[in-house]
Amino acid sequence: MAKFFVNGVQVDFNAAPDTPLLWALRDQLGLTGTKFGCGMALCGACTVHVDQQPVRSCVTPVSAIEGKRVVTIEGISETSQGPTARAVKAAWIDKDVVQCGYCQSGQVMSAVALLQKNKSPSDADIDAAMSGNICRCGTYQRVREAIKSAAASLKKA
Amino acid sequence: MNVKSISRRRFLESSAALAGGLVISFWLPGGGGRNAFAQAPQPPKISPNAFLRIGKDGSITVVVKHLEFGQGVTTSLPMILCEELECDWAKVRYELAPAGAEYVHTAFGIQLTGGSSSVWNSYDQLRTVGAQARAMLVQAAANQWKAKPADLRAEKGFVIGPGGKRLSYGQLAEAAGKLPVPDKVVLKDPKAFTIIGQPTRRIDSLEKVEGNAKFGLDVQRKNLHTAVVARPPVFGAVVKKLDAEKVKSVPGVTHVVELRDGVAVVGRNFWAAKKGRDALEIEWDLGPNAKLSTADLKAQFAETAKTPGKAAKKADDAEAMKGAAKTILAEYSVPFLAHAPMEPLNCTVEVQADGAEIWVGSQMQGVDQAAAAKMLGLKPEQVKLNTMLAGGGFGRRANPVSDYVVEACEVAKKVKVPVKVVWTREDDIRGGYYRPMYAHRVETGLDAQGKIVAWSHTIVGPSIMAGTPFEAMMVKDGLDPTSTEGVSDTPYDLPNMSVTLHTVNPGVPVLWWRSVGNSHTAFVMETMIDELAAAANQDPVAYRRALLGKHPNVTRVLDLAASKAGWGSPLAKGRARGIAVHESFGSICAQVAEVSLDGNEIRVHKVTAAFDCGLVVNPLTVEAQLQSAIAFGLSGALFGEITFKEGRVEQSNFHDYRVLRMNEMPRVEVFLVPGGERPTGVGEPGTPPVAPAVANALFALTGKRARSLPLATQKWA
Ligand code: FES
Ligand code: FES
Repeated sequence: MAKFFVNGVQVDFNAAPDTPLLWALRDQLGLTGTKFGCGMALCGACTVHVDQQPVRSCVTPVSAIEGKRVVTIEGISETSQGPTARAVKAAWIDKDVVQCGYCQSGQVMSAVALLQKNKSPSDADIDAAMSGNICRCGTYQRVREAIKSAAASLKKA
Repeated sequence: MNVKSISRRRFLESSAALAGGLVISFWLPGGGGRNAFAQAPQPPKISPNAFLRIGKDGSITVVVKHLEFGQGVTTSLPMILCEELECDWAKVRYELAPAGAEYVHTAFGIQLTGGSSSVWNSYDQLRTVGAQARAMLVQAAANQWKAKPADLRAEKGFVIGPGGKRLSYGQLAEAAGKLPVPDKVVLKDPKAFTIIGQPTRRIDSLEKVEGNAKFGLDVQRKNLHTAVVARPPVFGAVVKKLDAEKVKSVPGVTHVVELRDGVAVVGRNFWAAKKGRDALEIEWDLGPNAKLSTADLKAQFAETAKTPGKAAKKADDAEAMKGAAKTILAEYSVPFLAHAPMEPLNCTVEVQADGAEIWVGSQMQGVDQAAAAKMLGLKPEQVKLNTMLAGGGFGRRANPVSDYVVEACEVAKKVKVPVKVVWTREDDIRGGYYRPMYAHRVETGLDAQGKIVAWSHTIVGPSIMAGTPFEAMMVKDGLDPTSTEGVSDTPYDLPNMSVTLHTVNPGVPVLWWRSVGNSHTAFVMETMIDELAAAANQDPVAYRRALLGKHPNVTRVLDLAASKAGWGSPLAKGRARGIAVHESFGSICAQVAEVSLDGNEIRVHKVTAAFDCGLVVNPLTVEAQLQSAIAFGLSGALFGEITFKEGRVEQSNFHDYRVLRMNEMPRVEVFLVPGGERPTGVGEPGTPPVAPAVANALFALTGKRARSLPLATQKWA
């Protein structure tokens, strides 16, 4: 049995220990905000934070996160990263980023992780941090604008 | 599914017929439960053909008959209705329509999201609904105040009467809902529009950035099982021997069932089902496609193209080519392409006592409902099909044979528990229903001055419509219009143009892919025209203008793109521009791409797009759709390729079926031609021009012509 925390709540997980965190979240815990896109760490749709680091949950077995703190799109605004997360989400809405929306939980989680580390990301920084997140709707340009706008609003705050 | 193929007359006739039959229901909900599968009890009586509900709290719910899969119909369609309703935009919500006869396309006659038609086919319809509702609300207020409707006006969710007295739509909804629907309503003068044409933010953003939006994959039901299916490794293969012994030891697996096309493993959750499938041992009888190979197909298609096919367009003078002083011959090939929507395909089916319920992101709810009913042995009206948000689709969710819906129904029928069939990415990439592979052979004849005197064009490829319910309606004389659109109806004045088509069937399931035939014909036409411009030693823009004399609307868009891109102005060393223009789905898009090479790697820095899509309902979504269409087109142009070897698809996931990423996205600048009277297509027309614009820029940079796609695997440096 694996024990870990999801959005601050302790989880005792007793299904197969090789279950990827993605499917534990979606199927066992009912948190469907984290998405499945490739299952091979190629698309970023499943990005969550584990101990504040962005992680591809589709290739992270629950056995590897024993005792760790997982934060998902549903919980990110309520963490110590909340101010960054709220600024990112507000910028996303302001810049009208989403299209189908399916990749956007992952985009938001990657963007929050970037802005936690880097208060004024350059275009190259954004490329480096975000190129693992595929968007088939092609929202990249507005994602870029929204990250810059969130960075600016965080500086003002 | 091209707008152009539906006559305007028919469009007007059918929309008029429908508008007459509209029913507006003012549903008065106690709560706000909106999700199709919310646990909250559904209201007892909803008129099934309602487009609009007004709550006592003044909330406005617009029922959106088209699938939302990125294109923004959950905002643009409510904008159209609310323009006439005169409500408070901040109170507007959306709900996706289920399968239902009321929600058919006003021109195509079936429930369908495709052909870049959601806005234009809904435009009159939803304005009419909004105006009818407004009239009913005003009438209700008039009745209450014993006033004349003419003395009242509607504004921002209130009816305002003499002396400034006011009643909110919420207060009036119940009484208004009991009034007859007026036959005749006066629509607003477009000059008075306050919503249509305004850049309006999407109303579905919040739920999507919070992770609360419910896609098909997110459906949760009591006792819901998950199935993954082992599908034939070669199209047409059948199970010869199945050994499911090892699957039994996988915890959580509940059923293994053989299907018409493969084997389903059902489990308590995805991971159990997936591990169960991995443990299956299946021996396949590979069937007639066991040797299918892309290299062979390419050679066959090219050979076939050397003979004329069925005539789609005849030259005025069949002998003109013989009189040419010079001919230029070009042979092209484009590959099969997967749609690869971000959300892998899935479908949830629950067989109930007196029918069944389905949850799916579908572009053709009615077709899927009927196909599901057939598989389940039910009548269509016994199948409730709930439309879920879809994580992209690009045509894959509009399959006339409803492949993934029927398959999910087959599983549910066999296992007798609620089941969600989930496709992995590998299943999706290898699952077929691709944009067809095509070959084009184009011979142009020039006179001594280099003027075009003849154009002979042969296309070889599979038919999308063949074998589907659309065939009877759309395929005339063996000619599938989706194979030739964009060539036979070119706006260029090409004397003595002949277009012929060979329809072949290599055994690979095919389907429309964002922009359908235009996805390959624009590449061929626009690189060929560019080549002729170079042969004539003329500027590519000037050369095109001279051939577009009869189409000033196309020239206008071409000119706008050229001027905004600074066509002809100096560029940084190592950069070059290319241009392309293409008309599709009633709209015209011209693009200028600016490229460079880094070693052999193509960098697309910027795309300047000019777009004429008639009347613009929401400029913010139109701009987004252009960015989207360009990113999608570039994915295909640079990387997209499904290939076969020994009958099997060689690609499987995003590492070998590459799609555009953040670092590869050009800066896209969009310029809209103002002043249209009616909306035309938006979602697709931005895709066709990008491949030729980039290919033409590569020519300008390197002197090499692209004759095939994708571009990234060719040698440029
Ligand atoms: S689903 Fe995890 S990276 Fe794609
Ligand atoms: S918004 Fe559709 S995949 Fe990104």
